[in-house]
Amino acid sequence: MATSKHAVLRTEVPSDQIMRYTWVERVCHWATAATYGYCGLSGLAFFTPYLYWLVIPLGGGPTARFWHPALGFGFVGFIFWMGFLWKDDFKFIPEDYEWNRKVMFYITNQDEKLPPQARFDAGQKVFFYVMIATAVVLPLTGIVMWFPEYIPRSIHWLLPVVVFFHSVAALVSVGMIIIHVYMGTVIVPGSWRAITVGYVSRGWAMLHHALWYRKMTRGEERK
Amino acid sequence: MAKLLQIKAISGHAGPVAGANTSRDYDVCKLIDVTTCIGCKACEVACMEWNGYPTQTTTFDNTYQTMPDTKWNYWNLIRFNEFVHPDGSLQWLMRKDQCMHCADPGCLKSCPADGAIVQYANGIVDFNQANCIGCQYCVTGCPFDIPKFNPQTKKVFKCTLCSDRVSNGLEPACIKSCPTGCLHFGSKEDMKDLAEKRALQLRTHTPHTNAGVYDPAGVGGTHVMYVLHDIDHPERYGGLPKNPVISAWVGLWKGPMKWAGGGGIFLGLLVAAVHFLRWGPKEAEIREDLLPPVPPEATHGD
Repeated sequence: MATSKHAVLRTEVPSDQIMRYTWVERVCHWATAATYGYCGLSGLAFFTPYLYWLVIPLGGGPTARFWHPALGFGFVGFIFWMGFLWKDDFKFIPEDYEWNRKVMFYITNQDEKLPPQARFDAGQKVFFYVMIATAVVLPLTGIVMWFPEYIPRSIHWLLPVVVFFHSVAALVSVGMIIIHVYMGTVIVPGSWRAITVGYVSRGWAMLHHALWYRKMTRGEERK
Repeated sequence: MAKLLQIKAISGHAGPVAGANTSRDYDVCKLIDVTTCIGCKACEVACMEWNGYPTQTTTFDNTYQTMPDTKWNYWNLIRFNEFVHPDGSLQWLMRKDQCMHCADPGCLKSCPADGAIVQYANGIVDFNQANCIGCQYCVTGCPFDIPKFNPQTKKVFKCTLCSDRVSNGLEPACIKSCPTGCLHFGSKEDMKDLAEKRALQLRTHTPHTNAGVYDPAGVGGTHVMYVLHDIDHPERYGGLPKNPVISAWVGLWKGPMKWAGGGGIFLGLLVAAVHFLRWGPKEAEIREDLLPPVPPEATHGD
């Protein structure tokens, strides 16, 4: 293998780092994020006149109305794929219940008072299950809103009910996403690198996911 | 004449309405006296001729009704019902169905697109297809099931009350074509007066002792009114709702939830900002050199 003496491009994870997300997992995350982003922004535009200007960068009102439902079903597909990829990691463990009770310590950066966490902490698991719940309500109500012209006149009274619950589910998911993006970008340094480049330092893994760190570094219980 | 098309409300519009609060001394109204309608369909033809949308093949359902329902390019339909009275006698009910131009329009209330639906101070509720995004929330808001979707252009259409004619001092096309004088057009006040006189005449001089004027209060009154033989049973006239109201769910969605949702998002961002300033990132001094070495296989993923 030919190597340069002065600059070597890396093709492997550096030896002191731990692979947190494989490239397939990162593709899944960002496909979910991109489809959600379009739907979330266009949905907020349709929700209130004060945010209708959001349709401008999304291609304009009619374009946003065209893509919102189509990409919405893409989002649903991707998040269920994500659930499949991480089905073992999203299982609650006894430490999670204690973590959830002591979540105030997490919010106030007293992480040393929290129980050790596995690959995902209890907050991430709760986030995932809330998003999955909205990803069930949103397409069920959304399909009716996508093609209201096929809804018979006798059940037109159902349309505003459906729109209402679509909006409620969307607002819940927007609230969760605000927390998720805030934490991923500014509150937990190193997590942005984990979900983009894929690996984290040993210290990061030990600090935030001690059980996972032990599992990864013991070199056992590996699948 | 420009005053006739003075804007009163605009859909999905965050700012103030241009020209609001200036004088509104003339509002228009169409009066349909169904008791003198003979079902000739002249108004349907006049509507098609003036508005100029392509016609289409339709289905015949063995009645005196042109087609089962109004369409995006067919805004005006005489609904026909052969009503059987309890005594066995028959009555042919003809009702000219079109947009009612509500004073409190559910379509406009539901519409998210800035400027797609405009209510003029003279009472006309008009769709502006250039701004329509095709979401059909207007269908969700309308208690009369009037807005109709064009699947080719993805735009919604309905009767304009011939806003283009009215703004030039003319009556709507349907009014001009009516041969029996069952259609009237003028100010809301004048039409109400005329309608009440006609209803009184029917009650006094005909067997229709329950005749009355249909100007439903649930939508703030309408700028299209009916004189009906029996005001207690509007549903007999091709499903005219007895007490039309905008669904309470629309009120919840566009009222409390809009403010709760918008406020919640704003509050969430605010809390995040304050949290960041108070507690900030989870930075830790990590002595990597004190940690045990990573086994080679750990770098290849879980």
